Amino acid sequence: MSMRGVPLKACLALVILTGLLTTAVTAQTATPTTPDRLAKLERDVAQAQSSGDNAWMLTSSALVLMMTGPGLALFYGGLVRKKNVLSTMMQSFALMAMVTVLWGILGYSLCFASGTRFIGGLGHVFLRGVGAAPDADYAATIPQQSYMVFQLMFAIITPALITGAFAERMKFSAMALFMILWSIIVYDPMAHMVWGKGGLLNASLGGRFPTLDFAGGTVVHITSGVSALVCALYLGKRLGYPEESILPHSVVLSFIGACLLWVGWFGFNAGSALAAGSLATSAFVATHFAAAAAVVGWVLAEWVRNGKPSALGAISGAVAGLVAITPASGFVGPMSALVIGFIAGVGCYFMVAKVKAVFGYDDSLDAFGVHGAGGTIGALLTGVFAVSAVNPVFKDSAVNPTAVGLIEGNAHQLLNQLVGVAIAWILAAVGTLIILKVVDVTVGLRVAPEHEIQGLDLSQHGEEGYNLEF
Amino acid sequence: MTKIEAIVQPSKFEAVKEELREIGVDGMTVTDVRGHGRQKGHTEVYRGREYTVDLVPKVKIEMVVPDNLVDKAVTAILSSAKTGKIGDGKIFISRIDEAVRIRNDERGEAAL
Repeated sequence: MSMRGVPLKACLALVILTGLLTTAVTAQTATPTTPDRLAKLERDVAQAQSSGDNAWMLTSSALVLMMTGPGLALFYGGLVRKKNVLSTMMQSFALMAMVTVLWGILGYSLCFASGTRFIGGLGHVFLRGVGAAPDADYAATIPQQSYMVFQLMFAIITPALITGAFAERMKFSAMALFMILWSIIVYDPMAHMVWGKGGLLNASLGGRFPTLDFAGGTVVHITSGVSALVCALYLGKRLGYPEESILPHSVVLSFIGACLLWVGWFGFNAGSALAAGSLATSAFVATHFAAAAAVVGWVLAEWVRNGKPSALGAISGAVAGLVAITPASGFVGPMSALVIGFIAGVGCYFMVAKVKAVFGYDDSLDAFGVHGAGGTIGALLTGVFAVSAVNPVFKDSAVNPTAVGLIEGNAHQLLNQLVGVAIAWILAAVGTLIILKVVDVTVGLRVAPEHEIQGLDLSQHGEEGYNLEF
Repeated sequence: MTKIEAIVQPSKFEAVKEELREIGVDGMTVTDVRGHGRQKGHTEVYRGREYTVDLVPKVKIEMVVPDNLVDKAVTAILSSAKTGKIGDGKIFISRIDEAVRIRNDERGEAAL
């Protein structure tokens, strides 16, 4: 071996030497164009990164839309009675259309154009200036139009979550008016405060109280969950609740919906990295682990309390875990995600099984119990478990990463999270109350009792979900 | 002519149908029904809330037979549908005045 190895090594060295010399000679002859070639190389690299990031962002946008339709539409549709299945699904679908129109005209601008600390300005109305060029403050490697359409999908699902609270009793016209006003008065300011340039709570773009909310624990889940509670209280219970049995007409539909929500949530959370890099992976992993732990938590809790592990419990647990990990997903590691998910699974179970019964409100499909409670748990725990190794969001003057969450010793962050949570609760509660009052005195909120008994499919839409005729 | 209505456990329906066919009952109308007699329902739990479901699923078999088949039919149903537990169902027997076959206007037992 050694006798034959020596000449082989010598040959190899000769080849490498020749190669280096050739390169040097070539480089010398190409000297005048080197800066140009470097510039071209840089452009190519940037373009390649942009292509990769943009591909992921468009995929994520589609995944998040899939969460509303069919995901949420099926999840909620299965939980109502047969006579209200279409009207419930229609509410989610109508929001896909209505919020989109509103977003193009006004919503995106109120969220993301430069403005005050509380709401964006009118710089982007009618999507003016939103094109192929990136907005480097938000996402430097993708067209601003990609960012705009990704954010639109969040603006759609957030109000759709509220519909679970007033299911089976609100007029369609009232729902439509309520949601338009809610998008402008509650969602747009909250999104601007947390994610918009100069927003009061923005963690990276100069906020007064930097609140960590990676994918919408405060903006999406607390606002929708708390508004849901206010709606349930204001509208009152469904006729016959709680004396009569009001059972889900198809847990099967809900099951399919929940599975679609779980998958779509990867776009929601990992997409919120706004790039296809390792942060997206980290958020993806945290999201999945939290959902799994929450299923375990919820099912164990009901198994102990009721003696049986239920399918509806398992899927509800998954959603609770996904809600809770939403604000934390881009800041915490997988083991923290397991803890957050488990706490949310058990916590949300007790909200819907115990707390709701004690207070007696009819949050029909548990929008508050899951999104309000899960969002609050998640937003606060983000302040506990966020670490700089996952996302070095805070830096000192020398640009070195500093402590992020409580477990790294930054107790102050928990306080900031509390401020963010409090503002989200107050804005949602007060805003929703005012809007409900306005809608109540203009078009009226509830359907007539005979229409409620007949079912909203027939009374609001003149059709039925299941026509089994021969 | 006699009409026999038998309300039986869904799990026993196939056995009842076979037994009736063997003794020569040619036609029947079958419906999925829900109801209760002495049998108590069960509880279901959705998101921690318990609901009592007191209407339990049964199968209702209706048939109109010539009078000479009534006893045999009842015996057949009893032997195939009985488990001896509460919830096995009931049999109702009533007189039928007339039967008409729509296809060719046949009347009486010929129409069965």
